Amino acid sequence: MKTALAANRDFLAGLLFLAIGAGGFAVALSYPYGSVQQMGPGFFPRSLGVILAGFGVVTMIRGLRSGERVQGEWGWFPLAALSASMVAFGWLMGHVGLVPSVAVLTMTSAYAGREFRWGEALLLAVAMSLIAVAIFIWGLGLPYELFAFDFGR
Amino acid sequence: MDVLSNLALGFGVALTLKNLAYCFLGVFLGTLIGVLPGVGPLVTIAMLLPITFGLDPVSSLIMLAGIFYGAQYGGSTTAILVNMPGEVSSAVTAIDGYQMARQGRAGPALATAAIASFTAGIISTLLVAFFGPLVGKWALEFGAAEYFSLMLMGLVFSAVLAHGDLVKSLAMVVTGLMLGIVGTDVTSGLPRFSFGVAELLDGVGFTVVAVGLFAVSEIVLNLARSGPVEVFSKDVKDLMPTWADIKATTMPTLRGTALGSFFGALPGVTASVASFSAYMLEKKLAKDPDRFGKGAIEGVAAPEAANNAAAQTHFIPTLTLGIPATAVMALVLGALTMQGIQPGPAVMTTKPELFWGLVASMLVGNVLLLLLNLPLVGVWARLTQVPYRFLFPAILVFASVGNYSLNNSAIDVYLCAAIGVLGYVFAKLECQPAPLILGYVLGPMLEENLRRALLMSDGSFTVFVTRPISLVFLAVSAALLLAMVLPAVRRGRARATDDSEAG
Repeated sequence: MKTALAANRDFLAGLLFLAIGAGGFAVALSYPYGSVQQMGPGFFPRSLGVILAGFGVVTMIRGLRSGERVQGEWGWFPLAALSASMVAFGWLMGHVGLVPSVAVLTMTSAYAGREFRWGEALLLAVAMSLIAVAIFIWGLGLPYELFAFDFGR
Repeated sequence: MDVLSNLALGFGVALTLKNLAYCFLGVFLGTLIGVLPGVGPLVTIAMLLPITFGLDPVSSLIMLAGIFYGAQYGGSTTAILVNMPGEVSSAVTAIDGYQMARQGRAGPALATAAIASFTAGIISTLLVAFFGPLVGKWALEFGAAEYFSLMLMGLVFSAVLAHGDLVKSLAMVVTGLMLGIVGTDVTSGLPRFSFGVAELLDGVGFTVVAVGLFAVSEIVLNLARSGPVEVFSKDVKDLMPTWADIKATTMPTLRGTALGSFFGALPGVTASVASFSAYMLEKKLAKDPDRFGKGAIEGVAAPEAANNAAAQTHFIPTLTLGIPATAVMALVLGALTMQGIQPGPAVMTTKPELFWGLVASMLVGNVLLLLLNLPLVGVWARLTQVPYRFLFPAILVFASVGNYSLNNSAIDVYLCAAIGVLGYVFAKLECQPAPLILGYVLGPMLEENLRRALLMSDGSFTVFVTRPISLVFLAVSAALLLAMVLPAVRRGRARATDDSEAG
């Protein structure tokens, strides 16, 4: 069975493991290895890196032999929209306060869904802001400003 | 009657008005969030965890346990009504529970689940009370080598029992171990994999990992998938099961409890294994196995009992050995560590009020769960109708604000988003997240015990096989791996010879 490498499930998984293992090993080279009697901080990560890279190579080979494909479509759009909205939230929290941050997070993440409606999303944003303020500020007493305008930093 | 006096101490702690209130709040919130479709117990707990950080250790653990039961039960409700189980363990309940709901018997199915969970909960909690101290005493003899081998066994268990490919699951364990390294090395004080980010010096927060890996990637998976789900929550009436139902479910409940209690006490064995084997056992024992899969009430009672019993006995390795049995227990353990408690054999003697308070509050929690759920079943059922397009932004808001509040820092939210991306890619490539999270939690302990064992043995690896208890743990792990690998090798060889004959 022929499967393009970019759609080969286990080849991709193995490649990812190989990359993480090799990357971890490379970074851990700068930590002292120590000896078996006196393990240094580099001992454990370097060993794990080698093991993980090994598993990665085995998985890649098995992928080439089985040719299993990745099931279904990749959801790149919802993935990008959700992570972007979380990053936006994190950044906004330090600059405009809790309420606008939560509202933006709600709106942008709702946009990632299939059935996005402006009215509903706006209503949800208002409701979520209220709930977040009630639970996290009034309930748990977290020290965040509700609204702020602070772009000096 | 040591256990009785200890239980009395425990009830003294659990039955204070304050702790009772926290237990109730935990059960309530856990069910409330856990019942929402697509939100599994793990995500529920990860989301509600930050709320418990402000409490004192005992109250926080009691509330956590309440959340835990609530989330577990909420998950079963969703499995029965929506056939959208949040976790693998309730997937077994969904097989017959959903069919019962389709036949208009959603009420008895939900009640059976509640009663089976309750019975299993009470019995297995008593088992925890009796066996917990024994295991704790036994574990006092453990040295670094035993701990290392035991944790290795737990990790092997988690990889072997995960659904899907063994090599990939093992690779996920190692990935988790590497993720656990991030932060300051305990012995040398050297920051590792922190890349100069101050927030990473304490390691990647476990709520960050859990929410990213489970909530964020799960949402993307759901959004990328389409197709409406049929919900059967409108016809939840006639809650009470008939006498015939009760008679039919008594023995399955007890058998499920026994299986679940046993499996739950083994580190690395998830509740899904327990509920699945309980289901298979009932199918074997039944006079007419054909009914299973078509709405057999035993098929709801047995896995629910097993699931809940395992969920309780998981506390034995978690509290007495400090080794979490599952990803959910890893969260509980992480919460304890944040409270400054190092779970292990010493907890029993240094903090008896903690262990026994928890045991007592498990009993109280199960009673509250039953009291809360039987009357409110209709309300929970209506909650399952909340459309997903409202749910997922709400989940994301809670997850993000919760993560932000850990260190009052945006870095944790960015990290969570990044881990979410990684988790989604792993999920698409069919790499199981559960072994990863167990590796991530056990990583630092595994390294520390390996270091200590080798220091004391002067660098000789034979220490792991010359000490009998350690040898047993290693032998079990090796046997498990061999049992998994050998059939595959044989099959591979058979296929190879077939190919050569055909070609």
